[in-house]
Amino acid sequence: MLKIQNLKASVEGKAILKGIDLEIKAGEVHAIMGPNGSGKSTLASVLAGRKEYEVTEGSVEYLGKDLLELAPEERAGEGLFLAFQYPVEIPGLTTTNFIKTAVNEIRKYRGEAPLDAVAFLKMMKEKMAMMNIGQSLLSRPLNEGFSGGEKKRNEVFQMAMLQPKMAILDETDSGLDIDAIRIVANGVNKLRNKDNAVLVVTHYQRLLDYIVPDFVHVLYNGRIVKSGTKELALELEEKGYDFIKNEVNVGEGV
Amino acid sequence: MTNVEYLNKGLDQLNVADNSLAPARKNAITSFSKMGIPGAKHEEWRYTRIGNLFNKDYQFPAKKEGFSKTDLDGIRLPGHEEANELVFVNGIYASEFSVIRSKELVVQSLEEAAGNENKEIVALHFGHSSSLLKDGINALNTAFVHGGIFLNIKKGTVLSQPVYIYTITDARRESVLSQPRSLIYIGENAQAELVETYVTIGKADSFTNQVMEVAIEKDAKVGYYKIQNDRQQANLVSTTHFRQLGKSYLHTVTISLNGGIVRNNLNVVLEADHCEAHLYGLYFMGGDSHIDNHTIVDNVMPNCFSNELYKGVMTGKAAGVFNGKIFVRKDAQKTNAYQSNKNILLSADASVNTKPQLEIFADDVKCSHGCTVGQLDEDALFYLQSRGVPAPIAQSLLVRAFATDILEHITPKAIHDYVEQLISLKLEYDLP
Amino acid sequence: MKTDIASIEKESPKNEQSAIEDVVLNEYKYGFVTDIESDSAPKGLNEDIVRFISSKKNEPEWMLEWRLKAYRHWLKMEEPKWANISYPPIDYQDVIYYSAPKQKITPGSLDEIDPELRKTFEKLGISLDEQKRLTGVAVDAVIDSVSIGTSFKTQLAELGIIFCSMSEAIQEHPELVRKHLSSVVPITDNYFSALNAAVFSDGSFCYIPKGVRCPMELSTYFRINAENTGQFERTLIVAEEGSYVSYLEGCTAPMRDENQLHAAVVELIAMDNAEIKYSTVQNWYPGDKEGRGGIYNFVTKRGICKGDNSKISWTQVETGSSITWKYPSVILKGDNSVGEFYSVAVTNNHQQADTGTKMQHLGKNTKSRIVSKGISAGVSNNSYRGLVHVGKNAANARNFSQCDSLLLGDKCGAHTFPYIEVKNNTAIVEHEATTSKIGEDQIFYCNQRGIDTETAVALIVNGFAKEVMNQLPMEFAVEAQKLLAISLEGSVG
Repeated sequence: MLKIQNLKASVEGKAILKGIDLEIKAGEVHAIMGPNGSGKSTLASVLAGRKEYEVTEGSVEYLGKDLLELAPEERAGEGLFLAFQYPVEIPGLTTTNFIKTAVNEIRKYRGEAPLDAVAFLKMMKEKMAMMNIGQSLLSRPLNEGFSGGEKKRNEVFQMAMLQPKMAILDETDSGLDIDAIRIVANGVNKLRNKDNAVLVVTHYQRLLDYIVPDFVHVLYNGRIVKSGTKELALELEEKGYDFIKNEVNVGEGV
Repeated sequence: MTNVEYLNKGLDQLNVADNSLAPARKNAITSFSKMGIPGAKHEEWRYTRIGNLFNKDYQFPAKKEGFSKTDLDGIRLPGHEEANELVFVNGIYASEFSVIRSKELVVQSLEEAAGNENKEIVALHFGHSSSLLKDGINALNTAFVHGGIFLNIKKGTVLSQPVYIYTITDARRESVLSQPRSLIYIGENAQAELVETYVTIGKADSFTNQVMEVAIEKDAKVGYYKIQNDRQQANLVSTTHFRQLGKSYLHTVTISLNGGIVRNNLNVVLEADHCEAHLYGLYFMGGDSHIDNHTIVDNVMPNCFSNELYKGVMTGKAAGVFNGKIFVRKDAQKTNAYQSNKNILLSADASVNTKPQLEIFADDVKCSHGCTVGQLDEDALFYLQSRGVPAPIAQSLLVRAFATDILEHITPKAIHDYVEQLISLKLEYDLP
Repeated sequence: MKTDIASIEKESPKNEQSAIEDVVLNEYKYGFVTDIESDSAPKGLNEDIVRFISSKKNEPEWMLEWRLKAYRHWLKMEEPKWANISYPPIDYQDVIYYSAPKQKITPGSLDEIDPELRKTFEKLGISLDEQKRLTGVAVDAVIDSVSIGTSFKTQLAELGIIFCSMSEAIQEHPELVRKHLSSVVPITDNYFSALNAAVFSDGSFCYIPKGVRCPMELSTYFRINAENTGQFERTLIVAEEGSYVSYLEGCTAPMRDENQLHAAVVELIAMDNAEIKYSTVQNWYPGDKEGRGGIYNFVTKRGICKGDNSKISWTQVETGSSITWKYPSVILKGDNSVGEFYSVAVTNNHQQADTGTKMQHLGKNTKSRIVSKGISAGVSNNSYRGLVHVGKNAANARNFSQCDSLLLGDKCGAHTFPYIEVKNNTAIVEHEATTSKIGEDQIFYCNQRGIDTETAVALIVNGFAKEVMNQLPMEFAVEAQKLLAISLEGSVG
């Protein structure tokens, strides 16, 4: 579904990603872990098409298309979804109105007729029940005055509404307590199926207790330095990132 | 616009010396002939009328003779023992009364500096305030400039002693129209604290039209404190114009406690990246005083920060005016500029006019202004009273609390304590 | 469940997206010219023209005298120069001051209106029939300064409400007009209001008798059609004790290369316990991308809360005109009276707007609220200018003002000029203003959810303006949202 080859990217001339290779197939859950500053969020942003990040080398193939050639909204149209680490606030624009616009814009991209108010509302009620989210949150301006947990739940709710093929969760657990993590993770798990894929970007292993990955990759200094199964996450939890750093540094002869 | 005969006559008789003051003076003469004294139709003078102040029988040009050292001793500011003291009498610098304690401090007459090795600096900065102040009153000072000084705080000089500047009006014998003028140059990496005060003695009418221009170079740090506690007959237009020419730090506090018609023009032009300017003001006026604080923060270059907070307490029949302008020019992206003006009216005859303005030509900026006019918090007053504090004391406690976040920015301790003391006296005698 | 659907419908009209598509295809979609024969005065202004207009309207002697007085005063006045706008000098002798569509008789009902005119309204998106049938809004339409027909008159008359053209009011209700006309905006008030008094050709008149709550929105559509024509309409609304009325006006004009002058006057009078809500969606032709053509919209609007506990509320969405000079104001004379001003002003390309309000607090316990949202794009300049004045006797006066500016692009300007004058020590006045730009992170977030940049800007701008949009009656809000999107087309990205 997603094939990343030798991806290099920089911000304001500073190289952050130094050659990433990663392949994700339908039905899989991958986790990318790594210490702060390793390039995890950069990878998520590059995949979503943030223009501050300049791709200097490499390719990303997504559903047979060159992902890097697509505008951010086209990537969304193709079913790529990024749950933001810091969801933005838009004063005065209600969450419902925002989601309705997004749903219909994506439908338009796919050549489908827009949902009418009744159909949209029906779908929304269904997903609200599924994600355990209340009407009051959705009537408020987008993310404005939301708590950290509310913002993240809102991200996963949008994911449910937009039904992506490839979902990237960027530090969705950061700033959440364990109960909030459980709620968010349950939401994500309900959306998993054999046709879609999830990429979880996280610093801590704890989210992976709830969203169990098929593969775990460790990102350090702009490269994937180690890949494995969910046990790798546990090992990291136990030994800390230093053991990776040591391994890498030894390997590179530093 | 008011036409004043003795000024026009004086203008005709002016002999402009050929030095680096000349271009600005010639411009000023033309401007004054064209604009005259600003009237109510001039947008920047809409709330402050000064036309009538010129219809007096003034000694003009003023003379400094008659003032003595004993007179000075009665009015020196606390902390003067350890300060440099520059004294203007009726607009003319009096070296005989001035005390220069910091040997690095260079004080020359403006005329002298306009002819010697400093003439380039003088040419660059003298009269620059007229680029923002388009009125006859600013031109009037420049046109008639006389007895002014040039102060040079050279590159790398850190003045350990503050500079006190006394603007004294001696109106014991006759009415005085005086026009003090100074140009201060603060070189790279230099640091200075400037304290200004205004004192009028004698009972005749007086009107002071002061202009000070300050050029601040890269990495310099300047603190500026203006203390006004003059008599109710003393009228003043005081212009202070700062140019921040390199990445530098400026901190100003303007305190106005008494006077006749007092107009403070404070301009800060941020002409380099990453400049920082703080403007604080407290005006606490009673009687028939009229206080007008006009500030301009002009962001010319990107990434500058400015913060402005002015607070007013009006009692008696006093009238307060605040006019704060923030310009963000086309190239001044990433400007952060904040402005706030808060006023309290304590008596039925007091009034406030406030006009905060934003003029923004760049898009990537964060600017805000706010202003309020109101009373002391009723709930707080009641709370204090219910704890046994009588109403008048409760009121004075709250006014003091209101003033605190301005006073705490007066860094020289002697001056800070002095202002606190003045406010205590005012609270005791001036509150309704 | 039902309410949910309604709320979604309200925020997001079904055709919102297609409206944005329209934008891409159309520039100023109201810029058509209607082919109607019109009856015009020759160009220029002098006493004879004033007399000509007055006699065309078959006016009584006192109206002619009133006009001539205004004209003679106007001759002595100077055009105001203080606003933050610039334009080449206006040649007042090069304007046609009277142009009426040729209509033999005043139609008794809408069905009698010229079919060409009817088509015009349909193009404007306001089919009178449809309005009448579906929304129950009574409409008066003014084209080139002359009122074309007022719907719903009979139904309103049963309640004692008078809603008719100003010319008709002068004929049918001279005592009311004479009593109130220029009582709020004196003919000598300012340059443009004096000019209006001299040459105004029509407008709307509305009278709500004591205790009557007008059951429907009253609405006027203004359109400038003829070339070289100035439009000078005059509106007068009187709300007697305990009455209520909500009034809407909309404006459009064809695309023309020259500038056209629009100098209207609106006067509102609210007696004890009366309330007037006045909403405007102003979409006069703004000129082309290079700044050619467009309407000079120099308008004087003022209301007086004459009685105790009265209320006047102005809401405006200003997207059109090449220059807007307009300060809808409230004189709060009655004790406990309330004044409100809600404004969204959008400027793009070379547009200039200098707009705001004046709240004059004279009575005790008077309250006012100002919410102004300015949006600048292109190389436009957008200024808020407002006055809050608390007089000596206005004990316990309260005002709160919020003025926010949003900048799109780095070649436009946003300016804020509030004047606050307080002469009473029991007053509380608060003013806040902010300036910011649309965040790139906001746009990216929308993009990531599949929303293109143009739509994202429209969503963000509508969010920014929401507090004001919420004040508009629903059918206007939808139109206004579309207008915002249209006005900002192509300004980002």
